[in-house]
Amino acid sequence: MSKARVLVGTKKGAFTLTADGRRKDWKVAGPFFAGWEIYHVKASPVDPNRIYASQSSGWFGQLIQRSDDGGATWAPVGNKFAYDGVPGTHQWYDGTPHPWEFKRVWHLEPSLTDADAVLAGVEDAALFESTDAGATWSELAGLRGHGTGPDWQPGAGGMCLHTIIQDPANPGRLYIAISAAGAFRSDDGGSTWKPINKGLVSNMIPNPTAEVGHCVHHVAIHPSRPDVLFMQKHWDVMRSDDAGDNWREVSGNLPTDFGFVIDVHAHEPETLYVVPIKSDSEHFPLEGKLQVWRSRTGGNEWEPLTRGLPQENCYVNVLRDAMAVDQLDECGVYFGTSGGQVYASADAGDNWAPIVRDLPPVMSVEVQTLA
Amino acid sequence: MRVVLPQHLRTLAGVSAEVALEVAAPITIRRVLDALEAQSPVLRGTIRDYGTGQRRAFLRFFACEEDWSHEPLDAELPAAVAEGREPLLIVGAIAGG
Repeated sequence: MSKARVLVGTKKGAFTLTADGRRKDWKVAGPFFAGWEIYHVKASPVDPNRIYASQSSGWFGQLIQRSDDGGATWAPVGNKFAYDGVPGTHQWYDGTPHPWEFKRVWHLEPSLTDADAVLAGVEDAALFESTDAGATWSELAGLRGHGTGPDWQPGAGGMCLHTIIQDPANPGRLYIAISAAGAFRSDDGGSTWKPINKGLVSNMIPNPTAEVGHCVHHVAIHPSRPDVLFMQKHWDVMRSDDAGDNWREVSGNLPTDFGFVIDVHAHEPETLYVVPIKSDSEHFPLEGKLQVWRSRTGGNEWEPLTRGLPQENCYVNVLRDAMAVDQLDECGVYFGTSGGQVYASADAGDNWAPIVRDLPPVMSVEVQTLA
Repeated sequence: MRVVLPQHLRTLAGVSAEVALEVAAPITIRRVLDALEAQSPVLRGTIRDYGTGQRRAFLRFFACEEDWSHEPLDAELPAAVAEGREPLLIVGAIAGG
């Protein structure tokens, strides 16, 4: 029987949660790297025993850990992230130029085809790659160097490159997103890039339709239709049907279209999930009711999913990398909260139950479907 | 000579509280850190920032009950540290949640 392994990054360590295909009884392992912030943990789709973790600390900086046995044991690999050349400046919060400074790795994206290749999205925003399983890292500097870099500025969480998507049908095509610069696409394996933000409207910036400056929170695709992108922007849920060249809003009847996560059902490319959050000044669900909203129509028409989720006195947040879907026949959906809960649904969101309730604040959730 | 590491770095490097190092004179913080990182490469980047080579902001250096955090990295440490009678302390700030 297939099984699911959920990889959880928290403010104080990493955890793995494992269950068989019924996804009822879970075994919890961890904390790994206890006391460290684990921004992201993700496994290679080529070799499911190979898992990468971003381990960081305000005291001791950045480490990258790698497991080659499915998370049972770990070893530190390369942690030198040096910008290519003289990195120049971006805008600081007050609009003044500020030098690019490496702070941490937000997101690790293992290659779809090579277990030794992995991409890293970092703060201050840049994209790095390793082709030796994390031992060494080099910047794909065309992203920072394409021209708009001096206009990028940090969001409240820092100027982070938090989303990396590989097109499974076109190995040269990559999408990334940066808070607060926007979304970008490369069609040549990361050498050159262009902003893909046409149609985004951000009323909190001086030019609401600017080429860059948008606070994109997360982007998701379905592997069968890689030209269709779904975005949770700071405010607004957006959709593109042309690989990001043009976007349109699909917030529809959502009670609030602020949020962080967005994901796509594993077997239904028009079924989406978001977790509406009240506002950018109140990072918790509306009326204390934790609800996942699902659209089966690719956006615009949404339904609340509440069974098994707290519907009173719940004031947690769900961060941008903290939702994932598995590949089992009945798609499982998972998300983690700032309150330390990891919720799972084994029936595409109809019913939910916590796997764990009392972890440190959850920063990321990924899931592996294992044979 | 002897170096005392904060708990997280001991765990990371797989060492006990105190690390014994052979460092050729003159004994400076830079040379001590170079030797420490050569002995435990996993510590590279955790005490000195990779980009600037400077002490990370939430770490401090103490020797013979004196704060050496703002001394030049190439300043010679006291004889008591060089001779191993006193350790160089690398201390993490008591901060954060």
